[in-house]
Amino acid sequence: MQAFTKLTGIAAPLPKANVDTDQIIPARFLKSISRLGFGKNLFANFRYEEDGSENLDFVLNQEPYRRAEVLIAFENFGCGSSREHAPWALLDFGIRCVIAPDFADIFHNNCFKNGVLPVRLPREICEKLMEDTKMGGNARISVDLERQVVVRPNGEEIPFQIDPLRRHLMLNGLDDIDQTMQHAPAIDGFEARQRAAQPWLYA
Amino acid sequence: MSAQKPRTLFDKIWDAHVVETLPDGTALLYIDLHLTHEVTTPQAFDGLRAAGRKVRRPDATLAVVDHNIATDDSRRTGIVDPESRLQVETLEKNVVEFGVPYIPLLDDRQGIVHVIGPELGRSLPGMTIVCGDSHTSTHGAMGALAFGIGTSEVEHVLATQTLLQKPAKNMRVSVDGNLAFGCSGKDIVLAIIGKIGTAGGTGYVIEFAGDAIRALDMAGRMTVCNMTIEGGARAGMVAPDQTTFDYIAKTPDGPKGDAFKRALEWWKTLPTDASAHFDKELSLAAHEIAPQVTWGTNPEAVLPITGIVPTPGDEADEAKRAQLQRMVDYMGLTPGQRLTELKVDVVFIGSCTNSRIEDIRAAAAIAKGRRVADHVRALVVPGSGLVKKQAEAEGLDRILREAGFEWREAGCSMCLGMNPDKLTPGQRSASTSNRNFEGRQGPGGRTHLLSPAMAATAALAGHLADVRDYQPKGPL
Repeated sequence: MQAFTKLTGIAAPLPKANVDTDQIIPARFLKSISRLGFGKNLFANFRYEEDGSENLDFVLNQEPYRRAEVLIAFENFGCGSSREHAPWALLDFGIRCVIAPDFADIFHNNCFKNGVLPVRLPREICEKLMEDTKMGGNARISVDLERQVVVRPNGEEIPFQIDPLRRHLMLNGLDDIDQTMQHAPAIDGFEARQRAAQPWLYA
Repeated sequence: MSAQKPRTLFDKIWDAHVVETLPDGTALLYIDLHLTHEVTTPQAFDGLRAAGRKVRRPDATLAVVDHNIATDDSRRTGIVDPESRLQVETLEKNVVEFGVPYIPLLDDRQGIVHVIGPELGRSLPGMTIVCGDSHTSTHGAMGALAFGIGTSEVEHVLATQTLLQKPAKNMRVSVDGNLAFGCSGKDIVLAIIGKIGTAGGTGYVIEFAGDAIRALDMAGRMTVCNMTIEGGARAGMVAPDQTTFDYIAKTPDGPKGDAFKRALEWWKTLPTDASAHFDKELSLAAHEIAPQVTWGTNPEAVLPITGIVPTPGDEADEAKRAQLQRMVDYMGLTPGQRLTELKVDVVFIGSCTNSRIEDIRAAAAIAKGRRVADHVRALVVPGSGLVKKQAEAEGLDRILREAGFEWREAGCSMCLGMNPDKLTPGQRSASTSNRNFEGRQGPGGRTHLLSPAMAATAALAGHLADVRDYQPKGPL
């Protein structure tokens, strides 16, 4: 996983609640067996017309948001299907941070496994940040995971909370599996006890 | 030893599966059953391969194909869509390479992963169960802790048989009293989501309790737990009881003989202790629940079938007003319109929510001796090959075909617009599935969620209609 330390970039506003993972990447695009290449179909139902041309009303088809690295949305972002293709699509498009008042659980987890940082900030702040994005290409937002702050274009710093373990893994780009493998003796022990107590769980 | 603190069903299963607790409170949680399918696993197996890792417990892992496949006869001659075919073939290669048990497409036991787990007796009380699919919550109906995970977590479970998890909070939703005629588990869960909203359960595991839940058969409980995720909770659960035990006793792969007796002793200790603490409680009166139907583009936008399309202008909050307007526009509705005026093009009875034998019986009971409206295409897609065989043994396929329904092969079908069964832009469907999101059943498709009996009713009427006006014509 790519480490996430600090990002300064263009932010795109998506002032919607309940942006579900079917909107982020519709199921018909989930047939790839790779993690790459989903970016072109990110928000496909909004980004493209039926004939495949771009819908210029959609934010990610507008300048400067075509180059957005941060997405700002409203409540319950990433609800619905567990598909990890949603953060893969965001990442492949170039978005490495999503800011919203709250996130659906599975999507939130999936982001951390892929170096996409989900930042929870109150709705009023998300609204302010969305206002900031209207200032055009020079309105860059910084997200500093080390210091746990979002920096507005005017320099105002907004602190955010994050789980310390997840922060550590993300700052260092660490793979969960390697970490867990260090607990192999404990897993062996658990299995031995469980096999004795509940043998029907073992073939 | 001091008396232990009263615990919930969730607490008990959680405690029994903590391998280790890390300094920050994150638990390394042991996973008893890992169900896998073709869509969310290719990248996970690739990861194992790249790192030279094995599947730790192939015997605790089961693979099946369900999302991508056709549900007509074409499946017998191979998958037409090259990308779908590649995904299925990739799974078939991976299960051989990693030694994972697999149910092939043309096996009778093939079906939707959340139908076959309980049906085969693989999903059992007290287990931790995961799958790369959000509707894994279904298996909570067995009295298990079951939740959906992403592909990175699939890889983690394949490699280590564990997950890194923070404990969830406990919520209890009690539904008491008797359910009225024409209502089912689907109406209960839609009513609950209407009440708590799509994010009301975020961060919680929901235990469904009360005598209306106890009175549900296993299929009804699975429907309720299945849609828990639509209320934001990753897992829903029902305490195991005699209904659960009788169900397991009839499954092909469930424990038998002494193993069953021994398991039963443990299962009986699982229900929530009398004074256990819940962080949030909610109760509903079953008799107040009328047949439900969604009108908008998330499952919270639900009303009794007697309802009318909301008027966005009546909403004071600007953001909510805009959201309502978007839903009304997308769904092609007129504010104030009666829901029963909405003409449907397609009726879909199937999905991991409602494709079990009980669901098919409910649809057949309404359909018997009647005809699907001429302009409606109506599909019945059994959840598994075994459900299909059972329905055929009971003659339900004949009743449904005679009424004008298509009788199909098992799979996810029109739930998600990823296989050949899809809506075309602008088509309106009455669907027993779980998500009415924009484009979920195909780009531009308009989905109304409802129960199998209500879906059958809509097929006959040609528009959304009240099942209470369609009494069955005699027994099945």
